[in-house]
Amino acid sequence: MASAWIALALSLKVALWATAIDLVLGVAAGFALARLRFPGRELVDSILLLPMVLPPTVLGYYLLVVVGRHGWLGAWLESRFDIRLIFTWQGAVIAAAIVGFPFVCKSARAAFEAVDVQYEQAAKVLGLGATAVFARVTLPLAWRGILAGVLLAFARALGEFGATLMVAGSIPGETQTLSIAVYEAVQAGQDELANVLVLMTSLACIAVLLLAGRLAPARIAGRS
Amino acid sequence: MHCASDFVVAPRRPQVRRPGLLRSAARTLVALSLAASAAAVAAAEITVSAAASLTNAFRDVGAVFEAANPGTRVRFNFAASGPLLQQIAHGAPVDVFASADAETMDQAERRGLVRAGSRADFATNALVVVVPRDAAAPPRSLADLLAPAFRRVAIGVPASVPVGRYTQAALEKANLWARIEAKMIGAQSVRQALDYVARGEVEAGFVYATDAALMAERVKVAFKVPTEAPVRYPIAVVAASAHADAAQRFVTYVLSPPAQATLRRHGFAAPASP
Repeated sequence: MASAWIALALSLKVALWATAIDLVLGVAAGFALARLRFPGRELVDSILLLPMVLPPTVLGYYLLVVVGRHGWLGAWLESRFDIRLIFTWQGAVIAAAIVGFPFVCKSARAAFEAVDVQYEQAAKVLGLGATAVFARVTLPLAWRGILAGVLLAFARALGEFGATLMVAGSIPGETQTLSIAVYEAVQAGQDELANVLVLMTSLACIAVLLLAGRLAPARIAGRS
Repeated sequence: MHCASDFVVAPRRPQVRRPGLLRSAARTLVALSLAASAAAVAAAEITVSAAASLTNAFRDVGAVFEAANPGTRVRFNFAASGPLLQQIAHGAPVDVFASADAETMDQAERRGLVRAGSRADFATNALVVVVPRDAAAPPRSLADLLAPAFRRVAIGVPASVPVGRYTQAALEKANLWARIEAKMIGAQSVRQALDYVARGEVEAGFVYATDAALMAERVKVAFKVPTEAPVRYPIAVVAASAHADAAQRFVTYVLSPPAQATLRRHGFAAPASP
């Protein structure tokens, strides 16, 4: 069962990195969508949400085409820095970050929109600069909503399967995450290993969801 | 993760008409599934689970079989032989099973999953090493794959993909398995291994000669790998089949001269005489 723990550790590593990337990019995008007025804002919003509704195989194919060795980005990365993303855990991070991104972006946008502008204006009148207003007023008021989205992104990244399998393959100890290990165990008829892996995955996801439920304001979490 | 999408969408959209919509959607679904099951009763429809390497050849075989047997429809389910066996073991409604190696079919027989006496070999294939079409220095032997230029090698996962088992056996015989395994990218079926080579994501891969021929414009065969056991394809009627007659007719057809000619056209060799 050592392989199960290795898969769990790898899944956590990939999901943590992916969530960190989502946190930075998702909060920035959510803030921009909430506060900036520009033509095509809703179109941008829809495009950023796409990973939530697109089949993972479609995302996997896009990634293969873009970051593969013959893709425009992949070819450039390899010739410039000798970086290959396909079949590496970093490739799995990219796949997981993309599927988790909409959760952070969407909840960050909603959280920022819910912040009363009067507090920000008051802070400004009292002499705070724009950065300080964001760091000391806006973000503290919005962080609960953002955090709930971050946890959902983490859970989604933990469970990511389709795009990861296409982009990162299934190399034990390197790119074989929990969900892929489950798939392989079932394919090979190793039901005992599959049982252990499935339990592990379920427990990890329940823990994350419980945490998300506690952090999210009741109204948003859909519990009255 | 459905709850997750509700979580984000809910605060911004009032849900006034949803229950009605849901109900009518449910009604439509019920009507559709009733219509579908009525159609299934009218004509025999058999499901054939076949090894991924048979995809193109069996599509042709199936089309001719359907034309010769009006009223019988053939549905194909292509994947690596291992997962196909697992699906049948877990009760998937399959009528015919065609695997890419004797071992998977042996397992099916031992577990009583296929009808005794219905098993027959219907084709053989060859194991080859392929490289991307534009590869500068293709390997000429298994030992050449040890060179650092071959960073990644696509091999079907031996636990569930027959081509991976043939590969492992051949490499073990050459005393190279441990060193090549370190470069292995596990593929979920022979077609995935082929795709990795065609995209240039790996420097070499182990596939069947028939697969290599399908992508001749993107991959080239470096050399043929001698296998200890011949690559042979057994077919059998699944024990739990609800359409055993139609299933047996399909098996008989696959062994008949016209279907054999189709398989030959796709590069499969004749089954070894028993």
